[in-house]
Amino acid sequence: MSKKRQSTPVVDRRRPTGPEDVPEAAEHTVTPPAWRPRVDPGPLLPDESPFRLLGTEAAQEADPALLKRLHRELVLGRRYNTQATALTKQGRLAVYPSSTGQEACEVAAALVLEERDWLFPSYRDTLAAVARGLDPMQALTLLRGDWHTGYDPRAVRIAPLSTPLATQLPHAVGLAHAARLKGDDVVALAMVGDGGTSEGDFHEALNFAAVWQAPVVFLVQNNGFAISVPLDKQTAAPSLAHKAVGYGMPGRLVDGNDALAVHTVLAEAVAGARAGGGPTLVEAITYRIDAHTNADDATRYRGAEEVEAWRAHDPVELMEGALRARGLADEAAFAAVREDAERFAASLRERMNADAELTPADLFDHVYAEPTPQLREQAAQLRAELDAEAASHGEDLR
Amino acid sequence: MTASAPETTGTARPARRAKAAKPATMGQAIGRALRDAMAEDPAVHVLGEDVGTLGGVFRITDGLAAEFGDDRCTDTPLAEAGILGTAVGMAMYGLRPVVEMQFDAFAYPSFEQLASHVAKMRNRTRGAMPLPITIRVPYGGGIGGVEHHSDSSEAYYVATPGLHVVTPATVEDAYGLLRAAIASDDPVVFMEPKRLYWSKSDWSPEAPAEVEPIGRAVVRRAGTDATLLTYGPSLPVCLEAAEAARAEGRQLEVVDLRSLVPFDDETVCASVRRTGRAVVVHEATGFGGPGAEIAARVTERCFHHLEAPVLRVTGFDIPYPPPMLERHHLPGVDRVLDAVERLQWEARS
Repeated sequence: MSKKRQSTPVVDRRRPTGPEDVPEAAEHTVTPPAWRPRVDPGPLLPDESPFRLLGTEAAQEADPALLKRLHRELVLGRRYNTQATALTKQGRLAVYPSSTGQEACEVAAALVLEERDWLFPSYRDTLAAVARGLDPMQALTLLRGDWHTGYDPRAVRIAPLSTPLATQLPHAVGLAHAARLKGDDVVALAMVGDGGTSEGDFHEALNFAAVWQAPVVFLVQNNGFAISVPLDKQTAAPSLAHKAVGYGMPGRLVDGNDALAVHTVLAEAVAGARAGGGPTLVEAITYRIDAHTNADDATRYRGAEEVEAWRAHDPVELMEGALRARGLADEAAFAAVREDAERFAASLRERMNADAELTPADLFDHVYAEPTPQLREQAAQLRAELDAEAASHGEDLR
Repeated sequence: MTASAPETTGTARPARRAKAAKPATMGQAIGRALRDAMAEDPAVHVLGEDVGTLGGVFRITDGLAAEFGDDRCTDTPLAEAGILGTAVGMAMYGLRPVVEMQFDAFAYPSFEQLASHVAKMRNRTRGAMPLPITIRVPYGGGIGGVEHHSDSSEAYYVATPGLHVVTPATVEDAYGLLRAAIASDDPVVFMEPKRLYWSKSDWSPEAPAEVEPIGRAVVRRAGTDATLLTYGPSLPVCLEAAEAARAEGRQLEVVDLRSLVPFDDETVCASVRRTGRAVVVHEATGFGGPGAEIAARVTERCFHHLEAPVLRVTGFDIPYPPPMLERHHLPGVDRVLDAVERLQWEARS
């Protein structure tokens, strides 16, 4: 019996076999004979440590105009964050998820895109939209408690802020895929946080993007926390960038507070996608200096020392140090940028202090292309209520 | 095109054409609608699981990949949220995706994309970015399917503002409603009664009916004594019940709703006001099912015309049963006739 068993070949059932295909039993007891890796994982692996440029030799060769532009946007971005947070305290914004400390990612994401490209922001990424040129009043419409989106996404090529985590990622993939099918060299850049990488839509989006070789770049801002939950409760992966390898796309790891490094890595990924090289996953290591939102208390889940350590690695200061080292800006130039930021904040503050004017009748206008008979009835009911209210107040509330 | 006034045909099928064409099945009519829409508009893309090379598990998309290429009829990875989520992005870029959910219960992973984005994007952007997506969902039981293959999931969709929800019960409507769904600038959940996939009619793909707008019910059988309000897989049951009732001297009117959202209050109420009695019939569970809404609407609008409470004949409030027991769950002719008997006929005399 044992002799017979030894002579029985194990056959790969996935392909037809002839006599020449019958291998020695010893060769395929562990690995099916026809198996080989589908792609070489080596080139897809992220670097062992986050890519840095500012403060290194390589930064000496960076384009001065780019450095100055990044600096200006970082300073304006920081001021935007502090102003928006202040507006929540004054009751002018319903909520604001601050990106203080993450400005390098926000700004770089905006600046690497061409006008025809698309940005897919999450709720924490209004700064990226503003850095791309969107009026902050329009970017903040949702967070003001005004209408859900303050702009025409197609006109500015910025998707509506996505609140359900990672659900915007498949949208970016589908849009990039559609653009490629139409022959347009449009790239989509989609933003998500470390917590969002646990969502099923993150997985599905990356898988679809890789299978379709869609021109899309995924930027994960790993800011350490999903509201209160730290990354070690979120994943057991070596890094979030490593997840890319499982989908067959490159993963890049970058210092998320080094605006030049983030810009460089994202620009490479965008250029690769535009050239037909498919998607890239970029993990930017950064830190959420503020609480999740104005309604959160971060002292319940993290210590002050950790925050201070990250304050010492501040994206604005890193850039100012680089500009000083290169002799590209002096204190007067820095002061001039800060003054511009103050004017920008003052304009936002002033406009936010005017009450928004909303029209209740609009509630029914855009549910469908044409209101259903049922919605027309309900619109009439609301109109009658408003008329009655107006009559009792002697004013027109419509 | 159905006129706004109710149209009566008297039977389940429209009058035979002078030259009887080769009978077509509902499945073939759906496939033909997809083909014609794709031929007419290059923005129409079909995507889903097994829709390409195989032609779908029900062969609805048979031939589309061969005719239009893999980029127009795409086998996707096996992920329903990804299918609908990428369709959102495609629609944002100006395409008109038609996605196939392989079975009713397999569509559930896509529900977040549906409820949070597909249904809301037009409203979210105040009309700037509508999403013309058609979501085809084979639904309902009666095919001997094991668990997860026979759900009637329409109540979830009906309860989500921003979606249109339609379901054909005839071969002709399968073509016409799907063409209308694809042409619509709003997202449409197109529910396909899978046990009627093999139903036949003399409808000819060579002379397809005119595309009619979504939102109109139709009277399939005229009657004077009571109205059966139904849709999709339960229409043949109701027509059979009406035929049986005729033998007992009761003339039942049968209304095929066709569109659950928008709902055709006008046609429904005109019928109930004529007959004074109504029974709603569907496979979906009764508690919180579409019949609850329909009964409430009819009662609110036709109260003084009603001789009896509006009754419902629905699936039981249980998870869909194993195929060996499904006949006890599905509304059948006897259960419909029993409900008709309970419409307080003695009160009239």
